[in-house]
Amino acid sequence: MKEYHQQQGLYSSSYEHDACGIGMVANIHGNKSHALVESALTVLENMRHRGAEGADGKTGDGAGILVQIPHEFILLKGIPVPEKGHYGTGLVFMPKDEKKQNAILTTMIEVVEAEGLSLMRVRDVPVNSECLGETARETEPAVKQIFITGVNGDELQGFERKLYVIRKKIENRIADKDCYIVSLSSKSIVYKGMLTSMQLRTYYCDLTDDYFTSSLALVHSRFSTNTFPAWPLAQPFRFLCHNGEINTIRGNRNWMKARESVLNTGLLGNISELRPIIQPDMSDSASLDNALEFFVMSGLSLPHAMALLVPESFNDKNPISEDLKAFYEYHSILMEPWDGPAALLFSDGRYIGGMLDRNGLRPARYLITSRGDMIVASEVGVLDLDPAEIKQKGRLEPGKILLVDTKEGKVFYDGELKEQLAAEHPYKAWLADNRIQLENLKSGRKVENSVDGYAGKLISFGFAQEDIDKTLIPMAVNGSEPVASMGNDTPLAVISDRPQIFFNYFRQQFAQVTNPAIDPIREELVMSLTEYIGCVGNGILTPDESNCKMVRLPHPILNNTQLDILCNIRYKGFYTEKLSMSFEAARGGEGLRDALDDLCRQAAKSVDEGINYIILSDRNIDEGYAAIPSLLAVSAVHHYLIAAGKRVQTALIVESGEIREVMHAALLLGYGASAINPYMTFAVLDDLVKNHVIQEDYKTAEHNYIKAVCKGLYKIMSKMGISTIRSYRGAKIFESIGLGESLLHTYFGTEVSTVGGIGLNEIAADAVRLMEAGRKATSDSLLPNTGLFAYRKDGIQHAWNPETIATLQIATRTGDYKKYKEFVSYVDNKPKPAFLRDLLDFKLAEKPLPIEEVEPEESIVKHFVSAAMSFGAISIEAHEAIALAMNRLGARSNTGEGGEDNARYHSSVDGVSLCSKTKQIASGRFGVTAEYLVNAEEIQIKVAQGAKPGEGGQLPGFKVDKIIAKTRNSIPGISLISPPPHHDIYSIEDLSQLIFDLKNVNPKAAVSVKLVAESGVGTVAAGVAKANADIIVISGAEGGTGASPVSSMRFAGISPEIGLAEAQQTLALNGLRGKVRLQTDGQIKDGRDVILMALLGADEFGFGTLPLIVLGCVMMRKCNTNTCPVGIATQDPELRKRFRGKSDYIVNYFTFLAREVREYLAQMGFRKLDDIIGHTELVELKPTPAGSKLSTLDFHRLLHREQGCALHWDGRPYTAVGSVKDREIIAAAAPAIEHGQEVNLNYEIHNTDRACCTMLSGVIADKYGAEGLSDSTINIYFKGSAGQSFGAFLAKGVNIKLEGETNDYFGKGLSGGRISILPPMRSTYVAEQNMIAGNTGLYGATSGEMYVNGCVGERFAVRNSGAIAVVEGAGDHCCEYMTGGRVVVLGTTGRNFAAGMSGGIAYVWDPARKFDYFCNMDMVELSLIEESSYRKELHELIRKHWLYSGSKLARTMLDDWNHYASEFIQVIPIEYKRVLQEEQLRKLQEKLAEIKAE
Amino acid sequence: MGNPKAFMSVPRIEAGYRAVEDRIRDFGEVEQTLNSRDRQLQASRCMDCGVPFCHWACPLGNKQPEWQDALYKGEWEKAYKILTLTNDFPEFTGRICPALCEKSCVLNLTLGEPVTCRENECSIIERAFLEGYVPVNEYVRNGMKVAVIGAGPSGLSVAAQLNKMGYEVTVFDKNEAAGGLLRFGIPNFKLNKSVIDRRIKLMEAEGVKFLYGQTIEEDKLPEGFDAYAICTGTPTARDLKIEGRELCGVYFALELLGQQNRVLAGQQFSDAERVNAKGKKVLVIGGGDTGSDCIGTVIRQGAVSVCQIEIMPEPPEGYNPATPWPMWPNIKRTSSSHHEGCTRRWLLNSNKFIGKDGKLTGVEVEGVIWEPNPQGGRPIMKLDGKKEVIECDMALLAMGFLKPEHKPLADNVFLAGDAASGASLVVRALASGRKTASEIDAYLKSR
Repeated sequence: MKEYHQQQGLYSSSYEHDACGIGMVANIHGNKSHALVESALTVLENMRHRGAEGADGKTGDGAGILVQIPHEFILLKGIPVPEKGHYGTGLVFMPKDEKKQNAILTTMIEVVEAEGLSLMRVRDVPVNSECLGETARETEPAVKQIFITGVNGDELQGFERKLYVIRKKIENRIADKDCYIVSLSSKSIVYKGMLTSMQLRTYYCDLTDDYFTSSLALVHSRFSTNTFPAWPLAQPFRFLCHNGEINTIRGNRNWMKARESVLNTGLLGNISELRPIIQPDMSDSASLDNALEFFVMSGLSLPHAMALLVPESFNDKNPISEDLKAFYEYHSILMEPWDGPAALLFSDGRYIGGMLDRNGLRPARYLITSRGDMIVASEVGVLDLDPAEIKQKGRLEPGKILLVDTKEGKVFYDGELKEQLAAEHPYKAWLADNRIQLENLKSGRKVENSVDGYAGKLISFGFAQEDIDKTLIPMAVNGSEPVASMGNDTPLAVISDRPQIFFNYFRQQFAQVTNPAIDPIREELVMSLTEYIGCVGNGILTPDESNCKMVRLPHPILNNTQLDILCNIRYKGFYTEKLSMSFEAARGGEGLRDALDDLCRQAAKSVDEGINYIILSDRNIDEGYAAIPSLLAVSAVHHYLIAAGKRVQTALIVESGEIREVMHAALLLGYGASAINPYMTFAVLDDLVKNHVIQEDYKTAEHNYIKAVCKGLYKIMSKMGISTIRSYRGAKIFESIGLGESLLHTYFGTEVSTVGGIGLNEIAADAVRLMEAGRKATSDSLLPNTGLFAYRKDGIQHAWNPETIATLQIATRTGDYKKYKEFVSYVDNKPKPAFLRDLLDFKLAEKPLPIEEVEPEESIVKHFVSAAMSFGAISIEAHEAIALAMNRLGARSNTGEGGEDNARYHSSVDGVSLCSKTKQIASGRFGVTAEYLVNAEEIQIKVAQGAKPGEGGQLPGFKVDKIIAKTRNSIPGISLISPPPHHDIYSIEDLSQLIFDLKNVNPKAAVSVKLVAESGVGTVAAGVAKANADIIVISGAEGGTGASPVSSMRFAGISPEIGLAEAQQTLALNGLRGKVRLQTDGQIKDGRDVILMALLGADEFGFGTLPLIVLGCVMMRKCNTNTCPVGIATQDPELRKRFRGKSDYIVNYFTFLAREVREYLAQMGFRKLDDIIGHTELVELKPTPAGSKLSTLDFHRLLHREQGCALHWDGRPYTAVGSVKDREIIAAAAPAIEHGQEVNLNYEIHNTDRACCTMLSGVIADKYGAEGLSDSTINIYFKGSAGQSFGAFLAKGVNIKLEGETNDYFGKGLSGGRISILPPMRSTYVAEQNMIAGNTGLYGATSGEMYVNGCVGERFAVRNSGAIAVVEGAGDHCCEYMTGGRVVVLGTTGRNFAAGMSGGIAYVWDPARKFDYFCNMDMVELSLIEESSYRKELHELIRKHWLYSGSKLARTMLDDWNHYASEFIQVIPIEYKRVLQEEQLRKLQEKLAEIKAE
Repeated sequence: MGNPKAFMSVPRIEAGYRAVEDRIRDFGEVEQTLNSRDRQLQASRCMDCGVPFCHWACPLGNKQPEWQDALYKGEWEKAYKILTLTNDFPEFTGRICPALCEKSCVLNLTLGEPVTCRENECSIIERAFLEGYVPVNEYVRNGMKVAVIGAGPSGLSVAAQLNKMGYEVTVFDKNEAAGGLLRFGIPNFKLNKSVIDRRIKLMEAEGVKFLYGQTIEEDKLPEGFDAYAICTGTPTARDLKIEGRELCGVYFALELLGQQNRVLAGQQFSDAERVNAKGKKVLVIGGGDTGSDCIGTVIRQGAVSVCQIEIMPEPPEGYNPATPWPMWPNIKRTSSSHHEGCTRRWLLNSNKFIGKDGKLTGVEVEGVIWEPNPQGGRPIMKLDGKKEVIECDMALLAMGFLKPEHKPLADNVFLAGDAASGASLVVRALASGRKTASEIDAYLKSR
């Protein structure tokens, strides 16, 4: 077998992600049949588009099935097993080498016999290797089936447990990585492998045997970002299969390890023999399966274990009982949630069920037939069923469990199950008696907020004046983090020669593509900052009230009084100890090492002494000592205690003067602290209040500051998709740049460092430098202004400084290449390096080429693009100047996310088009219509943005003027919110679907996906390539922005060099590199930058800030205030008059740049830019001063090059959409398309028919623009189950009707067409009680109509800006971020209705008067419908609903209109109402004026 | 940052000058001041740029955005503290600096109305003196001694910095009082000498020793010092050695300016020594700042007419594409003195002084043409043959100063200011002084 996992470059298998299609089929009455297995395989095969294939086009990422043990089949195979349930069996993957096999078997036999059982038989499982893809075949194992017998009747009860113990022991004893026990059970068995969903039945012919029967089955098809051999990672695992991602996995694994010592229930004997509970080097899903299995084996019921691992949200906004909340709270003390997105299906061979995590971001639909079959799957329509047989349809809801007991023949719904769980023990009383709430404790002690030696300490802890002015004051006054603009152009901490506070070496990680970020503001209902501190007892799995003897904190930020209380609650039985974080300054790194060792030992001792929590403090440090960076101290102690098995017995609190920013708090919590006390910050606030610098009193200032930190924590957690601080704590969702491997290994539990870096010596030296600077300060000395945000001559270096800005502007304005070279010399010869590439150089040829032999400037310039900048963020003048310039050069400009005025598609200046060739589509979907998309050469999906990856944005109402409103399909004056995630991309297979949709609407365009550099981005890039993207953008964290929270701008994402190199290496390793173009951006300024980034792997180069500077931007960094004095980042007409830019200047710049690149190519001896892409062997390292921080960097991983594969885009055409139903439809609709004649068509439809009518819409939009065809020109009647994205971007004039049901994303981007969906005519269920359409329907719709005679799933009409829709029930988050249009819900809605809704109107039928609980009231108000115009409007909508969907409910309502109309609630955004009223007033005034004039 | 939108609503307001008819009667300062409310409003116009070009353009690196903000908020003392972090003598630069900061101000770029940095600076320091924010500090002495030769701007700057660092500083000057060109070059109507006296007194109180009337040769430096700073400026003015140079009535500008300031300080001169333009027609040769100072001075003395000629072409008014923002713009500058009554002419070369009875009666001038230099570099001058005679009884040579040459210096001898780099602005001399002081400090610390 081929070995893949040697790690030389930046790729690491730990970054892998997967996502998938899942399904289950069960007969509720437990009737076994082969037909059921057949059905399950069909389900799997009908979800093949959710899986993926590798570069060889045949290797699947994995597929598998879990069924009951087919007893009769086994007997028929001649294996003399005892009676059913009296033997254990399972498949085993083994190395092909027989010697090795024998060795493994010998060990197995030893273990089995030691447990008093015998390994009765080993069967060679027949497989059909022929069907495998090349990559899969290279790593194909030998598949064996083992049989274990010898159990006595009285031992049967514990037989499963014994098999588990045997398996764990075998796993621990066999080191051979190629040996993997797929499952071992007396009840269920798993067949899986590196297969596509179509290959599963061919590969394992067992599965097709008529005697192979089961009454339940789980199936799974995997879409992995990488296609590396990973037979064991195929799913289902032993208990579950999972669609999604466990965001908190790093923390969960660590905490499980830390917890091992207190998990014994006695049932499993000596559990130290079973450790580790979590098998190393497996996927997140596998780890979750390990944990679930362990808890079930320890005696928890299956639903209990699931509720413990993946609890639903239980804060005030969730409608569940108090007892159940207590159940969750009790368990939350013991275990942090394994946070999704997750759709989970699980089975132990008798019970089978499914659940969603609290966010419910993965789809799972179920149906029950009249024969008692239940089918749950990611999609509907995966099995052909007679509509008449269907008894019930529904979906799994966020946080809810559905369970079938095949033995009792009963379906358990969530409510019943959970009430049983909650009633098992008096959790509520236990909590009331034992758990202390910090906010209820009072103390009479007076606590000072000021600090002695204030001025000096500020400097010692690295404070600068800007920290106070630009960070702390805004936080203390506004209660939120400040916003800044234009990106971060300062040196990395490790490159800077200034002393750094240790936090500066870290960067936040964030979700992109593989899992969605959460909106912590609009979706607050799932968020929690509640923390518990105290000591977890020794038997947390044994229910007992002593387990919840804890102090509950509302959030992890403690003020001085609270910390004082915590230090003094002995009388309540809590003991605490303060340990000093300090080291002997004179002994430097040595002293630091000893101090850390000492600190760890003391902490361990404290645990032994029964201390409930440890306070690590740098408050009182003795003379001659310096503070240990708090993060280093916390992480060191945290990891030491985990290793010592003492971590969960205590909590760590940090009292440190260093803490001021949100990032600092997040880091300390992320590396294990439970609570923090930023006492220097409080001293600053105290000082500001006392000196009247701010008007607030201390209490308010402190409250605001803490509020700002909490909000910031929410934001940082949510950008990774994590909802609770408990699962964030210790999850280490960070990466470092510039820390050495040995440091990371010793103190941070991380193995690999991307570019190497410093160790304890350098850290100690910086701490001592700061301490000494502090010593020198006097009480009245001013704090230095270090120029972090705004350039200072004596401050931190900025890449954009007066010299570079001025020379660039003058050079491009005058067209003077010599002056440009002056600019280049400022860029290249910075006084000190700033970026990683400043440390690199490239080799020149001994014999340069004559320049004429190098490709001309005109062809080089095609490698350059302008970065996405939306009209809205920048003025129309600037936006058009850039588009013109790029079009003149034959390069591409990018609309940004704000849409584009459609007049520009066909207008030109001097024969040059004003239309941006690249159309961006971002989470807000502003102005994304079919017409917008067809007018593109490239469609860019912005998954993340360098300056604020993982976050949404907001365009405040005052910036939305008439033209912006028009291009964004909204109304002037109302705020426009971009959600953090694309609501149609929660995982990689969703992205693949979106790409498919876009390629349907515009088959000519390239689709690009914009990612931001972080470790693991290469893996994501590989997944994106497999999802058929044509261009992948790796954006550097330094990228500019109109507005971004300061902490995100500085601390999220990493250098483009690392991200690009990782993407290049991973794509090459996967054989995918030639397929895609790789684009990069982030502070690229001149030819040298271009050459170096090309050598690291970039085909294309993006420029954002730079063209703006060429147009006159002087880096005011005030874009967010609308006061740009040069008329670029503003919509103020007065300021826009000051715009002096011209497209010529940009043309000059790119021509100069191409000329410079061409000169370099000649000097390097290459004819084409393509020839050097990815050739890292041409990179040389610049010498660094010995002993400096720079000299600790190590670039060998960055410069690693895969051999023998493509290194750049091979020029192939864009991936095309295969055969889709639309080709047939377009042909049939030709008379309509050509001549506008009415056409009526009928089709059957299946779930594999995805994005139906989308290509048709593209054709119409291309021909007729936004106008489309006249109403009902094309009428199509579909029957069946439609695939995802049914009617996406449907153009005007197309009228489609679906009889049946549809999957997710129906009507997304609706662009004027009409969709009606109704249940099958022969169905027997009540339409309005059943779900016939999936999640995220109507997302980003701009106009058109939709009528659904039935319920829809979660997130209906998110970001609707103009369509009207009537449905008969909706899931959670309906109408989120809506800015226009009308939505009518004739039924119940889920939670969080109208969150972030700033425009449009919704009507909800609410006879039970319960709706207000489900509505998010932050931006809207509710009322009965009193105005007659609204009543009329609603009547008309319902009438149309009846007309198009034939809804019985609608008919009933119309027939008794006065009665029903009074039962409707109108939901109207406050802002929108104001705008409407203003509009009315204006009209009235106009009328009055007219009358007067007459 | 106080008011991010003030620049859009508050126009630039300069305090302006006293009325011409009023101010030419005396040698009092011509510039007026705003009340503090208006001053704060002016400070609010600062946009706190992400890249403050003002700060970059300032040779001292003054942190304009920071003290403007403090000033706007009425935190005068804080503003004073920030200002003096980079500038030891804001009372000088606040009055006579040409304000490179204002030319580079982003509001100058977009609106032609930069923030009134210079005036704000002056207000801050004057308020600080008034309110008693300017302390008399005592510094811990480090036992080392430094001699500073020359008490002009750079010398004072070196002295002030080293004194702060704990050195015992003695300043030697050939004149009878400190200030150099500040005192004996710049007219009182631009810089009242009490401003200098106030500062010297303060420096003396803080421990700097001043020794006057000491002409010190570079090769015979006084003994007993650990290091020396030569801050002797540019003592030699550029001469115009043409026919008639010896005529009575031809003076160097500084002869006029220096003497006038001395007269105002109470010194007596005999009629023969006195350089007085009363009742005379005056020609100023040289179109720079010194020339302009001459104009204001002779007008106050009672000249009947003043003409200023310059050999270079007339610079463009307002904007010069050859020196775009944020560079120092080479444009036509009109000083307060120009407004007091004079004719200005460009592209004139002086051929000879014409006299009668040993007394000047006129200057023959000839038009010039500048042609581009084929080798690049400075254009080539050609005479155009159009000669004329400008009648005058007094000619003042204001054609700049020669860059001094120095013999090789010992390791512990440092140069600063004009003495090091030739004649330039006061603010550059101050910056150079600070730099030299830190070099001396580094040198002595490492010794």
